[in-house]
Amino acid sequence: MGEVLVSMEGIEKTFPGVHALSQCQFELRSGEVHALVGENGAGKSTLMKILTGVYKKDAGRIIYKGREIEIPSPRAAQQLGISIIHQELNLMPHLTAAQNIFIGREARKDVKFLVDEKEINEKTRQLFAMMHLDLDPRVKVSDLTVAKQQMVEIAKALSFNSEVLVMDEPTAALTESEIEELFRIIRQLREKGVGIVYISHRIEELKRISDRITVMRDGCYIGTVNTQEASIDQIISMMVGRTIYETSPQIPESDEQEVALEVRNLNRRGVIKDVSFKLKKGEILGFAGLMGAGRTEVARAIFGADPIDSGEIYVFGQKVHIKSPSDAVKHGIGYLSEDRKRYGLTLGMDVETNIVLASFRKFIGFLGWVNNAGVRSTAGHFVETLKIKTPGLRQKVKNLSGGNQQKVVVGKWLARDCNILIFDEPTRGIDVGAKSEIYKLLNDLAEQGKSIIMISSELPEILRMSHRVIVMCEGRITGQLSAAEATQERIMQFATKREA
Amino acid sequence: MEDKVIQKNSLFRSDATQKLMAFGGLIVLFIAFSLASPNFFQFDNVVSIVLATCVNGVLALGVTFVIITSGIDLSVGTVMTFSSVMTGVFITFWQLPLALGVIAGVLAGSLCGLINGLTIAKMKIPPFISTLGMMMVTKGLSLVISGTKPIYFNDTPVFRQIAMGSILGSIIPGFDIPNAVLVFAAAAVVASLILTKTVLGRYDFAIGSNEEATRLSGVNVDAWKIAIYTLGGTFSGLAGILMASRLNSAQPALGQGYEMDAIAAVVIGGTSLSGGEGTILGTIIGAFLISVLTNGLRILSVPQEWQTVVTGIIVILAVYADTIRRRKQ
Repeated sequence: MGEVLVSMEGIEKTFPGVHALSQCQFELRSGEVHALVGENGAGKSTLMKILTGVYKKDAGRIIYKGREIEIPSPRAAQQLGISIIHQELNLMPHLTAAQNIFIGREARKDVKFLVDEKEINEKTRQLFAMMHLDLDPRVKVSDLTVAKQQMVEIAKALSFNSEVLVMDEPTAALTESEIEELFRIIRQLREKGVGIVYISHRIEELKRISDRITVMRDGCYIGTVNTQEASIDQIISMMVGRTIYETSPQIPESDEQEVALEVRNLNRRGVIKDVSFKLKKGEILGFAGLMGAGRTEVARAIFGADPIDSGEIYVFGQKVHIKSPSDAVKHGIGYLSEDRKRYGLTLGMDVETNIVLASFRKFIGFLGWVNNAGVRSTAGHFVETLKIKTPGLRQKVKNLSGGNQQKVVVGKWLARDCNILIFDEPTRGIDVGAKSEIYKLLNDLAEQGKSIIMISSELPEILRMSHRVIVMCEGRITGQLSAAEATQERIMQFATKREA
Repeated sequence: MEDKVIQKNSLFRSDATQKLMAFGGLIVLFIAFSLASPNFFQFDNVVSIVLATCVNGVLALGVTFVIITSGIDLSVGTVMTFSSVMTGVFITFWQLPLALGVIAGVLAGSLCGLINGLTIAKMKIPPFISTLGMMMVTKGLSLVISGTKPIYFNDTPVFRQIAMGSILGSIIPGFDIPNAVLVFAAAAVVASLILTKTVLGRYDFAIGSNEEATRLSGVNVDAWKIAIYTLGGTFSGLAGILMASRLNSAQPALGQGYEMDAIAAVVIGGTSLSGGEGTILGTIIGAFLISVLTNGLRILSVPQEWQTVVTGIIVILAVYADTIRRRKQ
């Protein structure tokens, strides 16, 4: 670790109605990877948005390379050498990698309004070479995987000669091998003396990549520890202010043999190959696999969100034809997307409407009149039983935390009396405290006889929750394991069984 | 305590502010014009403002539903004309009973809306293009069907009473408010109830807020979009009846340009073009704002060309105000 690069002291930030940061501090040295962790709403992103000029601080000091500075805009931050790579990548999919990297500062030809494509391609090639990245600068960003797109963002940051690089949840959408690649590049940057702020929910990852860890909670600075000296339990208890113990799966010893959902020979050109499986009543069936293994595609196909080429679906022994999500819902199948904000919720609308969105039929009277009292009592019931933290039923869903948003989606399907629930990455973007609540909820649902498919990329989650595990790779089911047989190693073996 | 603050904020939710601003603007215009000309704040003039608002207002009601889904309907003006022409055909040429002719005329508008809905929801053509096509089709059809000549309702004097008679005036002497205003008021109440109380209204907002999430909730989004565009067409049909009744004739060359006034009224009223937000009350205020402006400027002898310029500027300012509000949020 080198000298202190950035030092933030006494940072204050208030939004209307919310004291987002109070007396926050943060220190970054050159050549270190400094992880910033905390539950959702702890203030990590706000703090980093102040550092990168997105928000203005209300009070406090930022000292950068020994000098107190003001950062009025993201552009100013970039010129100072402070770059951020957002969780949602900010690339223009229709432009090439090189065009994206040099957008706004393209090299010009002699005639000034002509862009010198050759020059920017060459510069990009040099950047990629520096990162030991085998990528053609002229390839369209939309043709790249998320991981490669992220590399393009990193290259863009480097092209500004950034000395500080903030990465917000960089591994959220990456597979294990892609994460390794990302870590390789992060380590390289660290050796070059770049200071890296690494925001992540995945604590196991921090052990692998970070040098120091700063924990925030409820807008306050809690403490900074050297990664070597800290245990995962210690970090988690700093985050939540209490100690959470990992529990092993609660698998009920039931001889329930009723099959809730059976899928036979499901095919979708290019993405799903001959998938067959059974889901028993009251079971949590884990779907493991790497990103792109086809798990989400299977879920969407069962749910009627995407068309299938062939295959049969049976719900409680009865053959069903599902052509659209509304067919699936009629048969009691609910799908909780991995991308809640895009596919699960109408963010701008209130809790009440979101909860009844799938079950409106129950509340319609003469001429389509909505029975508001019914809507309210149903919504109120689920807010209470699912312990959704909201100031009221009319609160817009976008103002809730990730965990509570997820519960709203669960409420939506329960209100519709769905008996088969497909959870796609149920705890993505949800903080540690809320995670265990979601786990408890899944167990409760299974106990009540709901049948659950749980797609997850986090192996500990699969192992902790699943009564049975199905592993997919490249659109096929490559393995089935009972809870007793399942280990991280065995799952990974099946998940990487490429040409089976 | 924090909870309290959030709840208080939700009282002043988004569209309320914009509506308040539009309403404030309306009052300011009213006072300014009253001060500028003694002829402005007269019973007859106010009635003529209200009457002038009716057609655009009814059109704008339908457009509100469409824009809340984050769609657009460019065809409302010419669909309105098409409905007038069809009403003329039904009543004057075919000599259908008046009530039947009127209902069939409104349904002609619904049919156009239905086709809009089908092309948008089933053929997946962007609303801008679908309704642009419908705008041209109905414009052409109106001219073809009518033989480019106005169709008069001289054989059915009662037809003119639909808009221009005054039931109120016959009950309360001197209070001669034309029936068109009652029709507009009734349509507005119905629209507001549909938007706030029925499932169609809820899905309208849900689709505009997040169409894919709504679809994945098992809602038949295609069917509801078709219903919403059909509703928009129905309001255009109703506006067509009002228009024809006022002029005592179906004028086939009229209509184009009305869609822009209707969209302007909706936008001034705080309905977001990106969908998910909007109110009928806002739209009504927006429609009144446009007619007060037009009327006031005319009384002040500002040439008509300049009236259009001013309306254009108001639309831009209204959307600008909306943008600033959004940025602050």
